[in-house]
Amino acid sequence: MTLQTWIAAFLTLCVFSFLYKDNPFYRFAEHLFVGAAAGYLLAVQWQNVLIPNVWTPLLHDHKLVVLIPLALGLMMLARAWDKGAGIARWSLAFYVGIYSGVAIPGYMQAQIFAQLADAAKPFAPGWGAVNSALVLVGLLTVLAYFFFSAPHKGVHGAGARVGIYFLMVAFGASFGYTVMARVSLLIARVQFLLRDWLHVLPGP
Amino acid sequence: MTWVRQLLAIDRRIIFLLVGAGAALPLLFPLNLPVAVTPRVRAAYDAIDALPPGSKVLLSMDYEPDIMAELFPMSVAVLRHCFRKHVQVIAMTLYPAGTGLGERAISTAAKAEGAILNRDYAWLGYKSGFQVVMIGIGENLRGMYPVDFYGTPLDSIPVTRHVNSYAQLQMVINLSGSSAADYWIQFAQGRYHAPLVIGCTAVMATDYYPYLSSKQLLGLIGGMKGAAEYERLIDTFGDARRGMDAQSLVHLIVVGLVIVGNAALFISKRSGGDGGGPASGSMTR
Amino acid sequence: MRRGPLLLTFLSGAAIAALFFIPHYKAQAANSMLLEWTLVVYAFALILGSISLWNSHARKVRNRAEGWGFSVVTLVSLLAITALGVWKGVGEGTPVDWIYNTVNSPLASTMFALLAFVIASAAFRAFRARSVEATLLLVTAIVMMIGRVSIGELISHRLPGITEWLLDVPNLAAKRAIAIGVGLGAVSTALKIILGIERSYLGRS
Repeated sequence: MTLQTWIAAFLTLCVFSFLYKDNPFYRFAEHLFVGAAAGYLLAVQWQNVLIPNVWTPLLHDHKLVVLIPLALGLMMLARAWDKGAGIARWSLAFYVGIYSGVAIPGYMQAQIFAQLADAAKPFAPGWGAVNSALVLVGLLTVLAYFFFSAPHKGVHGAGARVGIYFLMVAFGASFGYTVMARVSLLIARVQFLLRDWLHVLPGP
Repeated sequence: MTWVRQLLAIDRRIIFLLVGAGAALPLLFPLNLPVAVTPRVRAAYDAIDALPPGSKVLLSMDYEPDIMAELFPMSVAVLRHCFRKHVQVIAMTLYPAGTGLGERAISTAAKAEGAILNRDYAWLGYKSGFQVVMIGIGENLRGMYPVDFYGTPLDSIPVTRHVNSYAQLQMVINLSGSSAADYWIQFAQGRYHAPLVIGCTAVMATDYYPYLSSKQLLGLIGGMKGAAEYERLIDTFGDARRGMDAQSLVHLIVVGLVIVGNAALFISKRSGGDGGGPASGSMTR
Repeated sequence: MRRGPLLLTFLSGAAIAALFFIPHYKAQAANSMLLEWTLVVYAFALILGSISLWNSHARKVRNRAEGWGFSVVTLVSLLAITALGVWKGVGEGTPVDWIYNTVNSPLASTMFALLAFVIASAAFRAFRARSVEATLLLVTAIVMMIGRVSIGELISHRLPGITEWLLDVPNLAAKRAIAIGVGLGAVSTALKIILGIERSYLGRS
């Protein structure tokens, strides 16, 4: 049982103590986490991005064009101070513009065209046609539900009603999987405490 | 009915104790319940298994310690499978806090399968930007990653020497706990037509079924259960498989709580009460 | 004061969208260059987040606000790990890697493990079948929770098949509709940003 395991176990129990009630141990662990996470992020940005993509090209390879993103990045930092918001707007404008530009073909191709094409394909043969028909009906009725520019009355309203039922099944499936995900996170921590700290489980 | 009200007003710490016991007891006293493999995980396994030796895959481990319980065992299982098949892995991450986990997953799998850095795998580390990195890899890998995580130029690494875009890769595998998976579908698969397998948290898994249907994804590994299935397929007994007994018991506990809560509502309504607890509300307009 | 940035948004957005369609090698070289620049700017955006965090906690310490002692913990850990990481690196075997495996990793995973308790408590207190829709959601959730784990296969050999059908048919239909809706929304928002109709990202004038 190493010092590392003991510290990790102590911090784990500090966080779990919140289940009883809020307390100084939990708050200590919470604040330590925030600082440690932010510090690690900065260290990784420096080692993995700023050195290979800025420092080395500029100082070793003499690629002066790197000064442009470096300047934009430094201007971005000005936002941390009230008077710097105006300067930071230029960096934000560049950055937001790029991400908006890449979003258009990306979403159109992968989420709109590809999904519509798959929805419009012929039904599967045999009993699979029932499932294919259900998928198509579900797609159209859920889209009808999300169309709020017209009131949900008459045929549109009936379609929206059916769409709600499809949505409820989908959200129920998502909820079931969400419970599965959360429970998995707990199981891993319990495994750590019982195996790595207390050694009451067989090893890996 | 006072006992109904008392039941519904039970201290939540008792529920916490039940859940905690449900997680711990099966680990201490394993039930060895079987883990059946579902079609989507089987499809992911088959896609990777079909890669000939010497193939190169890009593995992006886009997650942080908060969801490592689901994705770390998945990473190790997929890496071990690739190493056994003599598939070369170019690994990376788009999350700064994923750097430590990615490195640890690779070294765990490499130690187990005898894989060697730069000969069998390359670890590129982290780059910021999500979509721009994915598109950048498609245009010019070396523009995004001039060197690997350890500072070695990509031209000096046998695994990456002749790779500069998706065209030189046989597959992209993304293990993600966030919308990064959506972007891999949009860019790596949608724009550059790279064959794509996704592993994700259970929370997200249900969202990717449309992409499986449209063949934008070759397979899907969802959550710790998916990782357990993959471990079973590669015949290893890792943390994911070990956790499945506890998963079953805690699920039964949660279902039991929901049923008890609703039974109390039903009983209370029949005896003229309001059922206690907040209303779940109607979804109709 | 905002016309310049709005013009830059238009130029950068339109350029990157247009370059998607132009296969000429010079256009692709320009595309790569813009992407490499964005990578660096994104890194600084993340650094900005850490600076804001520092400012917020430093202010608490300066003003001796409630809980300022904990803010000292945050500031010290942030500074120490950043300095160690810049000096010694972040790879396996470094001090920062040790701290990552001892502090960051256990704390992050335990914070999220709390959600298991919260979701169980919430399911008991709030998950009620008070309407047809809620009942449908509840029944589906129960079938999924039992059917997708090992115990479900023992309870009934049909359960895994039922859950697979639920995912492959009604879930797929609804999620496809949501994906198409999200796609349309994202494209329209992106267009509004590029054309300068949506300006909230620039902050108050």
